[in-house]
Amino acid sequence: MITVTDLRKSFTLHNQNSAVIPVLEGANFSVAAGECVALTGESGAGKSTVMRILYGNYLAQAGRVVVNGLDITTATPREILTLRREVLGYVSQFLRVVPRVPTLEVVAEPLLSLGVAEDAARERAAELLTRLRIPERLWQLSPTTFSGGEQQRVNIARGFAHRYPVLLLDEPTASLDAQNRETVLSLIEEAKAEGAAIVGIFHDLEARERVADRAIDVSVFTPRKIA
Amino acid sequence: MTPLLQVRNIEKRYGVRIGCADVSFDLYPGEVLGIVGESGSGKSTLLNCLAGHLSPDRGEVIFDTRVDGPRDVRQMPEAERRLLSRTDWAFVHQNPRDGLRMRVSAGGNVGERLMAVGARHYGDIRQTAGDWLTKVEIDTARMDDRPSAFSGGMQQRLQIARNLVTGPRLIFMDEPTGGLDVSVQARLLDLLRGLVRRMGLSAIIVTHDLAVVRLLADRLMVMKSGHVVETGLTDQVLDDPQHAYTQLLVSSVLQV
Repeated sequence: MITVTDLRKSFTLHNQNSAVIPVLEGANFSVAAGECVALTGESGAGKSTVMRILYGNYLAQAGRVVVNGLDITTATPREILTLRREVLGYVSQFLRVVPRVPTLEVVAEPLLSLGVAEDAARERAAELLTRLRIPERLWQLSPTTFSGGEQQRVNIARGFAHRYPVLLLDEPTASLDAQNRETVLSLIEEAKAEGAAIVGIFHDLEARERVADRAIDVSVFTPRKIA
Repeated sequence: MTPLLQVRNIEKRYGVRIGCADVSFDLYPGEVLGIVGESGSGKSTLLNCLAGHLSPDRGEVIFDTRVDGPRDVRQMPEAERRLLSRTDWAFVHQNPRDGLRMRVSAGGNVGERLMAVGARHYGDIRQTAGDWLTKVEIDTARMDDRPSAFSGGMQQRLQIARNLVTGPRLIFMDEPTGGLDVSVQARLLDLLRGLVRRMGLSAIIVTHDLAVVRLLADRLMVMKSGHVVETGLTDQVLDDPQHAYTQLLVSSVLQV
């Protein structure tokens, strides 16, 4: 589902003496359907950068990144948006929402934008919020006022609302208690069983061992000579 | 799919000074395009050229009309262009006073647009106007009040109702949340997002507020000195800006 070939990424900071910061070079890997791959490497090695490139959020300087047949490095914004709507899900560490929108709507939105009927979308959203132990009295409130852990769970519910064939998870179990962590791990296992290709960053080692089939050490892609 | 709007090499000069130049893009149905840049970067000039408020010196603005398919708006007879701007197009001004008739009641402001496209039954017009006031969260009890008695946020919502009542396919917005209280901004953003999705609207939003485009726009165009310096997916342009000016713009936003 994901094939990355000769990926190179650097940042050019035009306003800071045009400093060029090489981040990734010669990155090659692939992820099959039904497989969960953990990105590893120390902080700053480029794990999040890889995730963001897979999502089309960062541009690559060279190489190919093919997700479900679409090369993200050359795709138009419209193609990437369609891919994100239908195929490619992303659970980031931060919840970013329009203020004032009720939690239930926030979670149902990925389904509504796919054209799923409002009732069915809300039902699925309610099911996930229940599983993730967000009390029903909070569903009509905006998640912007929720605690960190609650926001994280809303974010996860939103990320799993549509059954994406490809899923990117950035520390999905961070800041969760044991019960909720367990729920998230089962959600990941269910998605795998349904054939989703999953790429994740897990600092939680036990979680990684349990859901990940293998690990990719991102520091291998760190450019050798840092000028 | 045919783009709803195809813009080709638009150029507008004020004497020797460039308003905007070499601007080309396609906008597809249901897509929201944000145009950002500092004051004087040409974004409002461009928007006014596209919407027909200004006449560009060069270029084409091709709109996919319901009846005849894609046509260059600039070549249309004036009457036809005016009909288009009353039916398929809408324009939301930064200052609601520019888009509303201040001496006409709120209901009348909305109903007037319906009458302009042929509605004649008073009861129906009042009913539809009332529905739209409800959609933009204005109490129908205020229907017979003049907009001058409304707050800035209400006026802006009324302007949106007036513009959307005829079911346009393309909406131009010039700093729609500028000058509004942040709490009112959030409400307006939520409203616009819902309307865009439910009505399948395409929109072009000019703003200097990066938070607004992040939440509303699918795609972003960054302008500087009348030229487009960078385009792309909104989150990509904001999170991994390539051009020096965009990097400056993004890094200059104060963190709350």
